[in-house]
Amino acid sequence: MTELQQQFIANHSALYHDVCQSRDWQYKYRLLMLAGKALPALPEHLKREELRISGCESAAWLVHQRDGELHYWAFDSDARIIKGVVVALLSQLNGHSRQVLLTVDPKILYQQLGLQQGLSPSRANGVQAVLTTISQHLSNAST
Amino acid sequence: MTAAEFRAGFGFFQQRPDWVYLDNAATSHKPDAVIEAISQFYRCHNANVHRSGHQIADEATTLFEQARSTVLQFLGAGAEHQLIWTSGATEALNLLAAGLTDSFLQAGDRVLLTVLEHHANIVPWQFYAERRGIILDVVPLDAVYRLDLNAYQQLLAKGPKIVSFCHASNGLGHVNPVRDMVKLAKAAGALTIVDGSQGVTMGPPDVKGLGCDFYLFSGHKLYGPTGIGALCGKLEALDLLQPLRYGGEMIKQVSFRGTTLNDLPYRLEAGTPHIAGAIGIAAAINFLQQFEPQNLAAHKQQLLQQLWLGCKAINGIRLLSQVQDNCGIISLVLPGEHPSDLATLLNQYQIAVRAGTHCAMPLFADLQLPGAVRFSIAPYNTADEIKRTLVALASAVEMFA
Repeated sequence: MTELQQQFIANHSALYHDVCQSRDWQYKYRLLMLAGKALPALPEHLKREELRISGCESAAWLVHQRDGELHYWAFDSDARIIKGVVVALLSQLNGHSRQVLLTVDPKILYQQLGLQQGLSPSRANGVQAVLTTISQHLSNAST
Repeated sequence: MTAAEFRAGFGFFQQRPDWVYLDNAATSHKPDAVIEAISQFYRCHNANVHRSGHQIADEATTLFEQARSTVLQFLGAGAEHQLIWTSGATEALNLLAAGLTDSFLQAGDRVLLTVLEHHANIVPWQFYAERRGIILDVVPLDAVYRLDLNAYQQLLAKGPKIVSFCHASNGLGHVNPVRDMVKLAKAAGALTIVDGSQGVTMGPPDVKGLGCDFYLFSGHKLYGPTGIGALCGKLEALDLLQPLRYGGEMIKQVSFRGTTLNDLPYRLEAGTPHIAGAIGIAAAINFLQQFEPQNLAAHKQQLLQQLWLGCKAINGIRLLSQVQDNCGIISLVLPGEHPSDLATLLNQYQIAVRAGTHCAMPLFADLQLPGAVRFSIAPYNTADEIKRTLVALASAVEMFA
């Protein structure tokens, strides 16, 4: 039920690298905002209270899905920048096994985007909350 | 003295010349005179007040009580008024809700609030009063986001025992017609509370002229330090209040058989007060009073007009605030976009604003918006800063295209 989003995120793996490499904040944000705007919405029935991420200034939902050993996440929010940031991060995480994902430090993944100066503490907390929830999903999964 | 001289009193602007600070409704900067007065107190006159018999304690007590008089005089209080120090507007409103619920309100009584209120003028009434069976009524907005005064009169006809509302809205900046609202509430037999947190920045509020029973504000929005504020009340109204806290300083006689409370204002000020904070507020007011309030207000209004017209010229922006009868706030949205996104981009341009619901969730629920971006102006802001803000805002809005 989130195929459209999965395809979109898979097609955006270059986004992550482009944002990391750019030194121009306007370019970084433009890329993130375009991706955020274009991200296919989650179906309304998935915007459930238990899937809501608390700690975001804006409303945000994160869905964890599995295909055999491979993990996927889908995301939605009513704010564009956070959607773009999460798309960039998920493009590096989705479709991998737990074994591979446990070797990735999501905090470093986020830091490399070079947005710390830009996101207010409360917004950065929102991204942290998404990353923490992803880590929880992984530690709850046996494989 | 001019607005430029006013700005020169604040060291912050020399320290952080790259920033445009338009988050004054959250907290204002502090002039050097305030920082110096606080240091001077701790360096030269530090002692506890109202107790020890030595000279240094006398000096501290004198400074502290002079600060009380300075604030009373600034507020335009008369002989029938007294000032209670609080930690800020939030504590003052908690003291009122808690202190009136037991002594003045009974189950079935009504309290009238407005949809513009900050959470500090909603939540204490819910937690102290509503759960004791007191009914809260809420004045709605009209089509231009000002209080619907017809609805206000209809709700007054229900006979509220207390009417509590803001002098100016912290979410929109709109100033309420306080004098008329108080008059109507008095005629309906209600006790009146005015939250002056934003209104007090417009100049001396003239509490005697407003006629309200209580007027309260936070020092940190009026160029004073954080952690200090004041509740100014008529003596007969303050007499109704039960203390929020019990302890030292507020008593006359204590024994294990029973305790007699002190007189006003001390009865409502338990514990060692924020002495340096009180001295800090007084220093802020003394600094402020070197300037003609009309000059500062006119300068602020000019900046507000400049910002408002500039925003109006940017395609895609929807202004929520009107420029007339406004305490210095422009709130706006980009329809369909979350306000945090615009604020994030403005932060990149080093324009400090606030995005969100501004501790007024019921207001934004009523407007059916996830919040707004709020630009709040103080007299130390400049026309150049507004110009820079408008250039940044136009570029930021373009990034949403």
